[in-house]
Amino acid sequence: MNSPIRRVSAGCLLLVLALLINITYIQAFQADDLNARGDNRRVIIDEYARARGPILTRDDVPMAVSEDVGGEFQFLREYPEGELYAPLTGFYSYQYQRSALERAQNDILSGDDDRLFVRRLIDLVTGEEPKGGAVKTTIDSAAQEAAYEGLGSDKGAVVAIDVQTGEILAMASTPSYDPNPLASHSISEQNEFWTELKEDEDRPDLNRAIAQTLPPGSVFKLVTAAAAIESGDYDTETVIPGPAEYDLPLTDRTLGNQSGQACGSDDETTLTNALRISCNTAFAYLGEELGDDVLRDQAERFGFNAQPLTEDGMNAATSRFPDDPDEPQTVLSAIGQFDVQVTPLQMAMVTAAIANDGVLMDPYIVQEVLAPDLVSTVEQTEPEELSRAVSPDTAQQLTEMMVDVVENGTGSNAQMSGIEVAGKTGTAQSDPERPPYAWFTSFAPADDPRVAVAVVIEEAPDTARDDIGGGALAAPIARAVMEAVLG
Amino acid sequence: MSLNQRLPRSEPANEEAVVPRRGRGTELLLLIFAVGISTFAYINVDLGALGEVPADAMAYLGGFFAVSCIAHIVIRIRAPYADPVILPIVVTLCGLGLAMIHRLDIADDTSHATTQLTWMLVGVALFLAVLFFIRDHRILARYPYLMGLTGLILLILPLMPVIGHSIRGAQIWIRVGGMSFQPNEAAKIVLTIAFAGFLVQTRDALALAGRRFLGIDLPRARDLGPILIVWVTALGILTVQNDVGPSVLLFGSFVLLIYIATERISWIILGLMLIGFGIYAAYNVVSHVRERFDLWLDPFIDPTGQLAQSLFGLAYGGTIGTGLGQGHPDMIPIAESDFIGAALGEELGLAGLAAVILLYALLVSRGLRASLVLRDPFGKLLAAGLASGLLLQVFVVLGGVTRLIPMSGLTTPFLALGGSSLVMNWVLVALLIRLSDAARRPAPTDTPSFADDAATQVVRVT
Repeated sequence: MNSPIRRVSAGCLLLVLALLINITYIQAFQADDLNARGDNRRVIIDEYARARGPILTRDDVPMAVSEDVGGEFQFLREYPEGELYAPLTGFYSYQYQRSALERAQNDILSGDDDRLFVRRLIDLVTGEEPKGGAVKTTIDSAAQEAAYEGLGSDKGAVVAIDVQTGEILAMASTPSYDPNPLASHSISEQNEFWTELKEDEDRPDLNRAIAQTLPPGSVFKLVTAAAAIESGDYDTETVIPGPAEYDLPLTDRTLGNQSGQACGSDDETTLTNALRISCNTAFAYLGEELGDDVLRDQAERFGFNAQPLTEDGMNAATSRFPDDPDEPQTVLSAIGQFDVQVTPLQMAMVTAAIANDGVLMDPYIVQEVLAPDLVSTVEQTEPEELSRAVSPDTAQQLTEMMVDVVENGTGSNAQMSGIEVAGKTGTAQSDPERPPYAWFTSFAPADDPRVAVAVVIEEAPDTARDDIGGGALAAPIARAVMEAVLG
Repeated sequence: MSLNQRLPRSEPANEEAVVPRRGRGTELLLLIFAVGISTFAYINVDLGALGEVPADAMAYLGGFFAVSCIAHIVIRIRAPYADPVILPIVVTLCGLGLAMIHRLDIADDTSHATTQLTWMLVGVALFLAVLFFIRDHRILARYPYLMGLTGLILLILPLMPVIGHSIRGAQIWIRVGGMSFQPNEAAKIVLTIAFAGFLVQTRDALALAGRRFLGIDLPRARDLGPILIVWVTALGILTVQNDVGPSVLLFGSFVLLIYIATERISWIILGLMLIGFGIYAAYNVVSHVRERFDLWLDPFIDPTGQLAQSLFGLAYGGTIGTGLGQGHPDMIPIAESDFIGAALGEELGLAGLAAVILLYALLVSRGLRASLVLRDPFGKLLAAGLASGLLLQVFVVLGGVTRLIPMSGLTTPFLALGGSSLVMNWVLVALLIRLSDAARRPAPTDTPSFADDAATQVVRVT
């Protein structure tokens, strides 16, 4: 009987090996996949068990914090100001992951970042519950509030930049949404709000300040003017053609001015006047004279055709100057039509570069990464030069013309008492079916520039269609934001 | 080692030197470890879950040690040659099971651990009784048919009116005087004894070959009677209990024994075919079996169900586990029952669960070793049947909770909450102790000196 007993023993051994191999496969190799599953509650509990670090404004106003609410899910992510900072913080949701800073800075906020490794080790030894680090942004709460309140019920966006450093002081987008329900511990509340958010045709979760490009219209004339002066053939007083209608080359179509009239006597105008009254035909002429390569090169030195905010991981859209336009398309591009597409951030960058003696600073949102103690700095962002957009002299001339726009031209709504403001309006008509986009971009003080602001209004339900224009709608918001920054 | 073994030979007069050979000292030492591990696990649960040492830690340690010592002393008296590893393994498994049940008590606010501890005491009492009253295992071989009948009656009892009742849809319980009992746990042992006794008597006939087919000697048609009767009984259990596990265990044990008794592989092939057919029929007829099979293919159709939660728990525990009291084993529904293996896998990790599986393997190997060494056919068959049956049970239940095979309700021996299972498994261990004692005991006809030692030496080396 011994030989079958030995064979049975061998069979038993095989069964034991099968069990051991199977649990090794599950616990050592398949574990990561299982832990990553959305229906795995253990991981949800773990996620909520750790105190996530706060996101702060530059003046230490909490944009996002974690509150200890006890229970199975210990920490609740809260956004005290809700809609105000939503485009920046994004949301933190178990079911729908994360967005914006919550996503981009997740490793720091959750405490998993390698830079916090030593601290985690200390926590492990001392038995402290590991906490996440804090993210301090460049956002100025007063400027952000001014921007958000200024937009009100309109659909639009505002970006304010510190011209000398590239720090983004305000980034508002309306309509916005409240990220709190998405951070709820109730999965059904998350689901419900998510469905609501995704079905909203106004797309409140879209950060219009950086994630969506629009036709810039007349504010792009700043780029064309910069290219013209940089070419050396023009200055502020150069007289150029400015007829009521401009013949588009190679076509029998014409391009007219908004007013329907010529921009000066004898169908001629100075560059300053052309910018002041936003003369389409004069800039069309410049576009044809300069050509698309010169315009594109100038645009790229202002940051076009490159993605901004990559360091912060904010998924910003890239503003575009068309690749290979023919002559009429080049002419249209010179006045910000055809296929020129910009974000409000890009227009703020153009303005900030002009303000900063022609030097474009790389914009950024994350000022400082703090350790969980909220005191010691893990990493600080240093201002960085992105490019020289124009010469200091060109910058000076552009500034003079922009001051003229605000003092005597279309941008008078941006005037501030005691402080000289430089600006440019834009009203971009893309589709006869929808209202035009109202733009305004400006900086102040003109003699010692500190802040540049770009504003776009996509839709203003409370304003009659004929009254929609950069000067009327957007300029007052820009002024309010500049006032908030300059105090 | 070899030097130690030779010592008694050079000093045959020294009786004391013979003692280590019996392994009782080793057993005591291992028991101290077993009790230590059990108590440590118990304290660890409270430390992990509540952050404090349980107030009754010393009482627990003392109680566990006292019970182990009594069992050890009785073995010294009644089965002095017994395998020294068996009892410590069983104590360790019971201790780990208790710790995990206590841990789930904390999470679920229940008090199953006290109940389980009580049943363990009953189990140990029966263990002692078996060692006391069954001095020689061969008396069990006397009435195989009576044993078989008893086993069948035990299986049928839950169907009887008044005493039989069902819990969670399984009609496998009897209730007498307020106490619930699963008679199939007892039937498992009684039927193994019956099979062994029956096969000792009939194995010569069963070993006769009939026709030869594809190089395999098929049994004669007239000898198929017994295996078919057991098969039909197993199918009967399956329909009554709504579950494949107990049937596979019963029938599997019988097939293994018939193979060992006859040394004919054809019985295994025949048995596998019958098992296959039975499971196929069960899949098509019993909806519960089909559900379990579907769940096996895709456990995540029910993400809060036992199997999905078991896998999540195992993954969460990973290689070294969360530590006792620090995982979420309570998220597995009724984890203290069939899924206690998964709960241990979560908190003790791959390392801990592998250790538990190896403890079972070691226990089974000790039983099989006794079977190899025993000289009487009945003892050999009984030891092999009990040991391989135990392993089959562990494989079916742990394989089920780790998704190696479809789930099919069987209890996890010694670990899972459940009085019947725990008590009867202690009885099973008593029989293994008795059998290993017989296996290692010097042959009574030998004179107690050289020959005695030589015989024992062969035992130890095998």
